[in-house]
Amino acid sequence: MSTYDEDRLSGLIAALPPAPEGWVLAAQELPFVRTELDAVVAKAEADDEFRRALIADLEATLAREGYEPERPLVDALRRHFADS
Amino acid sequence: MAQTVPAAQLVARCRAGDEGAWAELVERFSRYVYAIATQGFRLRDHDAEDVFQEVFAKVYERLDSLRNDEAIQPWIAQLTRRVCLDKLRSGSREEITDESELAVDPDEDAIARIDDALDVHEAMRGLSDNCREILDRFFARDETYRTIGDELELPAGTIASRISRCLVKLRDELEGRNPLAAESGGQVNV
Repeated sequence: MSTYDEDRLSGLIAALPPAPEGWVLAAQELPFVRTELDAVVAKAEADDEFRRALIADLEATLAREGYEPERPLVDALRRHFADS
Repeated sequence: MAQTVPAAQLVARCRAGDEGAWAELVERFSRYVYAIATQGFRLRDHDAEDVFQEVFAKVYERLDSLRNDEAIQPWIAQLTRRVCLDKLRSGSREEITDESELAVDPDEDAIARIDDALDVHEAMRGLSDNCREILDRFFARDETYRTIGDELELPAGTIASRISRCLVKLRDELEGRNPLAAESGGQVNV
């Protein structure tokens, strides 16, 4: 007897609904923010004032410096400064 | 039929800087991470989104530390559990209005079921595009016969019989992958 009857199969297919599309797209963009992340971190390490401004208001400081404060970059910077 | 690149190969390609492989890896495990966060740990969407992004960021940053590329699934599962627990401990989960929803510990039955579900979704990659799409739209996306028919340009009246045939093909695909489980009626992972 098969363990994969229709009810079980349909239940298991249903158990993995898609994640929201925007979440998936943001995660897929991670490689593209790596260059920006490295540039911002290097500048923060070289410039204390910039570093303090980033910690005080990350999104506004990024925008002021000409970076798009999009979620993958902002999240990566938050993790970086939380760890450092 | 979709090409089924083994996850371990995707990992190797990601490590070599292949952005397309990364996009596919995220796509392949996105439902899994989402399900662990929302079903296994019952996080609300706001917290589940934080967990989802953090898990994939950690996967991306730490891919070099994965010793065995074949172990990508349990590694992602472990990372997701840790990030979910951190999120719960941080106390930032939205206030729960129904006490029965309180999940301090993960629902291990739900997580076991999610692992089984991932096996089934992996097996679906071995089906024709049409079968995979119909099964996913009907069961996982909860679409009606009419919507599926409109989207795939198929008569709505044929969807039920197509679903039935595709489930048979999926069962054959799974039993071909895992003949011991089929014979014994038990759960055998290969």
